[in-house]
Amino acid sequence: MELDFGPAVRDFRDELRDWLAAHLVGEFAEHRGVGGPTDGAAWEVRLAWDCELSAGRWLGVGWPQEYGGRGLGLLEEIVFEYEYARANAPYRATVNALDLLGPMLLQMGSEAQKKRFLPPILAVGELWGQGFSEPGAGSDLASVRTRAEREGEEWVVSGQKVWTSFGVHADWLYVLTRTDPQSVRHKGLTLLLLPTDQPGVEIRPIRNLAGQDEFAEVFLSDARTGADMVVGEVGQGWRTAMATLGIERGTTLLPQQLTFEREAESLIDLARERGALDDPMLRRRIVDAWISVRIMRTTNLRTLAELTTGRTPGAQATTAKLYASTRHQQLGYLAMELAGPAGQIVGENYGLDTRQRSFLLSLAETIYGGSSEIQRNIIGEQFLGLPKEPRP
Amino acid sequence: MDLTFSEEQDELRKVVRSFLAKHSDEAEVRRLAADERGHDPVVWRRMAGQLGLQGLAVPEEYGGSGFGYVDLGIVFEEAGRALLCGPYFATVALAAEALLRCDDEAARTDLLPGITSGETVATLALTEESGRWDEQGIRLTARETADGWQLTGAKTYVPDGHLADLLLVAARTPSGISLFAVAAADAPGLTRTPLPTLDQTRKQTRLEFAGTPARLLGAEGTAWPGLARTLATASVLLAAEQVGGASAALDAAVEYAKLREQYGRPIGSFQGIKHKCADMLMEIESARSAAYGGLWALDAGDEREIAVAAALAQTFCSEAFTRVAGDNIQVHGGIGFTWEHPAHLYLKRAKSCEVLLGTPSYHRELLATRLGI
Repeated sequence: MELDFGPAVRDFRDELRDWLAAHLVGEFAEHRGVGGPTDGAAWEVRLAWDCELSAGRWLGVGWPQEYGGRGLGLLEEIVFEYEYARANAPYRATVNALDLLGPMLLQMGSEAQKKRFLPPILAVGELWGQGFSEPGAGSDLASVRTRAEREGEEWVVSGQKVWTSFGVHADWLYVLTRTDPQSVRHKGLTLLLLPTDQPGVEIRPIRNLAGQDEFAEVFLSDARTGADMVVGEVGQGWRTAMATLGIERGTTLLPQQLTFEREAESLIDLARERGALDDPMLRRRIVDAWISVRIMRTTNLRTLAELTTGRTPGAQATTAKLYASTRHQQLGYLAMELAGPAGQIVGENYGLDTRQRSFLLSLAETIYGGSSEIQRNIIGEQFLGLPKEPRP
Repeated sequence: MDLTFSEEQDELRKVVRSFLAKHSDEAEVRRLAADERGHDPVVWRRMAGQLGLQGLAVPEEYGGSGFGYVDLGIVFEEAGRALLCGPYFATVALAAEALLRCDDEAARTDLLPGITSGETVATLALTEESGRWDEQGIRLTARETADGWQLTGAKTYVPDGHLADLLLVAARTPSGISLFAVAAADAPGLTRTPLPTLDQTRKQTRLEFAGTPARLLGAEGTAWPGLARTLATASVLLAAEQVGGASAALDAAVEYAKLREQYGRPIGSFQGIKHKCADMLMEIESARSAAYGGLWALDAGDEREIAVAAALAQTFCSEAFTRVAGDNIQVHGGIGFTWEHPAHLYLKRAKSCEVLLGTPSYHRELLATRLGI
């Protein structure tokens, strides 16, 4: 895919291309395409690469200059992500803070919080983890039970969080807590920023199905944080959390798209190698896999065009995740089938090749960020206006 | 990046939708479905005269408005939504396109103005008994005589062939595939037999030619590339129509799911129904991307991209419309299975669209070939 975003951003694009050509070399170049939203592979190299990007002032392209960003617009951010993905640079280790926490603070944080936390994110000085899900609050996030109580100038937090991506590396967590013990569901929740370097915080890695220690469970027992670490208002944590999850600026669409396109091309190459194109049943599935990747592309371009022209994204923006995640899984199943018996053999220490890793990790895509079932509820209720299920 | 609609295009959609709400409501669709002519000539003329729909994407020098295919796609999407009956697809997507793509300036100058003004109903006669849409399917022969070219043989499954004033006929001549024009009124040796159709909203006809005089368009034996391109364009426009039809079917399903109560609550509150509706929307939005991708490709004019996008659009949108139309009946339950309810009109239109320009399997294979898979 070759996209030209027009003359307004051509200088920016050229500067970035030149920089990538000069800096994406050596060890960084050897780790092209490594890592993903749920893929912790080659963490140290990726962290070093983030520092390289930071030194080139390529993190926070759209963030205000006063916090260390470049203060550029959405179009530049999209161009950045597109060129970055085209160069197949390693997946950034700091993506969680860049895509979720940072935009949340920019939108809802106090001035002091912005000054304190945004520059270290861009300097790769502090890493962040998300503390939303709990053992009893997965898809039903409003069932959060982690308690936070006010004690003088501090909040004291106890409870358990889980599925914290890259949690073992986190210096700070943003945590959804229940501050009103009488409250139920969405009311009485508060979003707190909490440092991990203290006795009340224990972070244990959880091994994912690909054999990586990518996410973690977090045990909080009388963990402490300052009274000024509330994002938004006390008791309004649900709103703050939903605003975070609702920040879709379109910047992640193209990188994911290019990954899927690369996988589809590699699938066709594999099929050709193995003579599978002569099998009419396989041939049909291979063409359908290509079709789904191409449809994702046009869907993404529709959404990006709406976002960059200031329009409200249409219905396709609400169905795109469901489509992409389910079709990407099918692509993975098909690739594994085409790989045949050889695809069943792994390397030392459960070392996976790209195809195996992508297939296994794709199983998370229909779960995280709102499972497919939740997506269908959201589409049905919020977009089509169908009535909610009555609560028992 | 301009892969979105302009305000003018939004306005065009609004105008067409409100025109069709008036002239192609359910009662009118049912009336025309039962009528052999299948359309209202007064409305047909208004579509041309008031809105310029027949000539929307025809260049101005031939009496059209010179708009792009994205604009024309909007009209087809709305036509699909309203189950518009009549020869719009045959005339605009097939015949006008075939004229635009043949190498015959004089024919364009002679024949297109009648189409754009609403005078002429036209169609493309390509398929024969085999139902094939490829070059090999064309068997009808044309012979050059002292009095000019004559056609002998049969065409069938011709959309709106019984009411077309102008027939564009693909025929085999000694040097290959050639395109001919026949003025249908009183053409010697022409027999037109309307075929009773499963989908009564789009009529089909069998045409028999017995030494029927015809005008050769372009050079003899050179018509296939232009016809293939015509079919690609028509595939994309049909895809837009299919997206519109699917959208209307989903709207009906959702509306019913909000109202219909069982077990003391609206059925749309059950996940079994809600999730089905969500999947229908996902299918439609994906189909929309397939169709719009084709429209943008047509306006951009890259021939390889057009060929790929057209085959993709027909493959995907055919299956999506059929699936959504079937799901709509399922959501409606028993009432959706009746003649009285409009749900079956969409299902039947979906099935007829699915084979109108070749089946999804055929287009999937075209796509594979074009991609080098």
